[in-house]
Amino acid sequence: MKVRSRLTEAEKIIDIGLQFPILKQNINGNPLVYFDNGATTQKPLRVIEAISDYYKTSNSNIHRGVHTLSRRATEEFEQARKTIANYFQIKNDQQLIFTAGTTDSINMVAEGLAKNYLQEGDEIILSTYEHHSNILPWQIWAQENKGKLKVIPLLKDQTLDYGAIEGLISSKTKLIAITQVSNTLGLITDLAKIKALAKKHHLPILVDAAQSAPHMAIDVDKLEVDFFVCSAHKMYGPTGVGILYLSPKWLNELPLARTGGGTIKTVTFEKTDYVEGALRFEPGTPNIAGALGFAEAICFIKEFGMEEIAKHEHELVQYAQKLLKEIPEVIMYGENDNKAAVISFNVRGQHPFDVGTLLDKYGIAVRTGHHCTQPLMQCLNIQGTVRISFAVYNTLAEIDFFSEKLKKVIRMLG
Amino acid sequence: MSIEEVENEIIEEFEFFGEDWEAKYEHLIDLGKNLPLIDAALKTEERIIQGCQSRVWLNAEQKEGRIVFTADSDAIITKGMVALMVRVLSNQTPEDIIKANMSFVDKIGLKEHLSPTRANGLVSMINQMKKEALAKLAKS
Ligand SMILES: Cc1ncc(COP(=O)(O)O)c(C=O)c1O
Repeated sequence: MKVRSRLTEAEKIIDIGLQFPILKQNINGNPLVYFDNGATTQKPLRVIEAISDYYKTSNSNIHRGVHTLSRRATEEFEQARKTIANYFQIKNDQQLIFTAGTTDSINMVAEGLAKNYLQEGDEIILSTYEHHSNILPWQIWAQENKGKLKVIPLLKDQTLDYGAIEGLISSKTKLIAITQVSNTLGLITDLAKIKALAKKHHLPILVDAAQSAPHMAIDVDKLEVDFFVCSAHKMYGPTGVGILYLSPKWLNELPLARTGGGTIKTVTFEKTDYVEGALRFEPGTPNIAGALGFAEAICFIKEFGMEEIAKHEHELVQYAQKLLKEIPEVIMYGENDNKAAVISFNVRGQHPFDVGTLLDKYGIAVRTGHHCTQPLMQCLNIQGTVRISFAVYNTLAEIDFFSEKLKKVIRMLG
Repeated sequence: MSIEEVENEIIEEFEFFGEDWEAKYEHLIDLGKNLPLIDAALKTEERIIQGCQSRVWLNAEQKEGRIVFTADSDAIITKGMVALMVRVLSNQTPEDIIKANMSFVDKIGLKEHLSPTRANGLVSMINQMKKEALAKLAKS
């Protein structure tokens, strides 16, 4: 790969890619350029090792054994909760519940709220950006309960039309469930505006942080929302684990969507007394190794500094947008100076699948298709896009290589 | 020509490119561009084979004991692959179509397009072509 002299500040300090063994391989004879971080990021060695160390030294079931290993595993698991809560500035770590990921967290909230909070005919406000994972759980509830989903529309520049929200709110509105960053466009939701409206109308807010948590520092306590959810695997952690943050009110009031072992004080066949706090929402044996891997990923992020990561990624996004703009056949969506490290585009007259297939031949991994945001695609009146999304280990040189190969691909597709 | 003869012809055609994948894909793209257009009236919802990303349309007609396929796709690489499948299986007898194993795709180094994760609808298209042949046999 041709390495230009320019490096981002972060690249000058350290070759972060060295910590990611998977990145050091050739794909189709070219060095792998991994630009599919919005789908999942790669994992640094220390996360991989934290998971295997757990199985080598501490594996045991938690919260129930008297033996040493069980105590050790329990301690490590609860320490992981503290580490992650601390990173997100959540003072009471009991408000942080381990789940299987963003999708799982949203389903837990939707099933819980459906039990006694949402009533027949109620309405929920979503945005046009939403990932299917933040649509389907609400849609199922709506279909079963004559409910309605109301959708915040887009403006011409593909940012959300905040001015339209007030008009969507009625006496039936019960919740705003919204993504903090569009996984397809990278555009950032102005949560302050959403919060002001929610406050005025006494509406709870669920924030889908699957795509924001990997790219920006978030003080969750200060955010003052009701539900905050994200996935470890999009922020250098393992798959199959994520978090659900509950505000103090909901920690007490959210009905249990599921229940079982590990959540109780006493059980008779007639009645159960539940424990308080996070464990109440974590029935069964959790993904212990996943939680530890997540905590290790948080340590990796903290060591580097989320501000530094964001700065580095911002430079990458600016540069990639600039190079893409220089290619006349490229149509970019949601182009913006202030966005997370996600860019969607199409090549005029070409199917994103073709562009992605040929880029892969050059070892460049991109995502093509609807990105689990079909309603957004319908709104933009397209079938799909090519999406590139960056992480801490990507470089300006990779973007140069990508841009050069993209031009070649465009010529090939003619 | 028999299915095997057509397959051999294609293998020979692709041998020419050797390890030069760019030339090979340029050829595949050309094949896609040159695939005779499917009658627009035939591009209906029923004839659509939905891949996760690219879509394929397939039409089958009977002609003197043989099945004639015409097809299309909205992605050009998929369409190139579609052109190859049509070239091999169209104008053959149902018996031969059912027996065809499409191993030539591996031999020309394009097998990755037939993996189920490619989500391009090609595997479903081949299944559909065989189903058409089976249906024809059942009727006769
Ligand atoms: C905005 C958004 N929400 C939800 C999800 C679902 O996350 P997961 O698959 O980890 O549950 C994703 C991931 O693709 C996403 O980008």
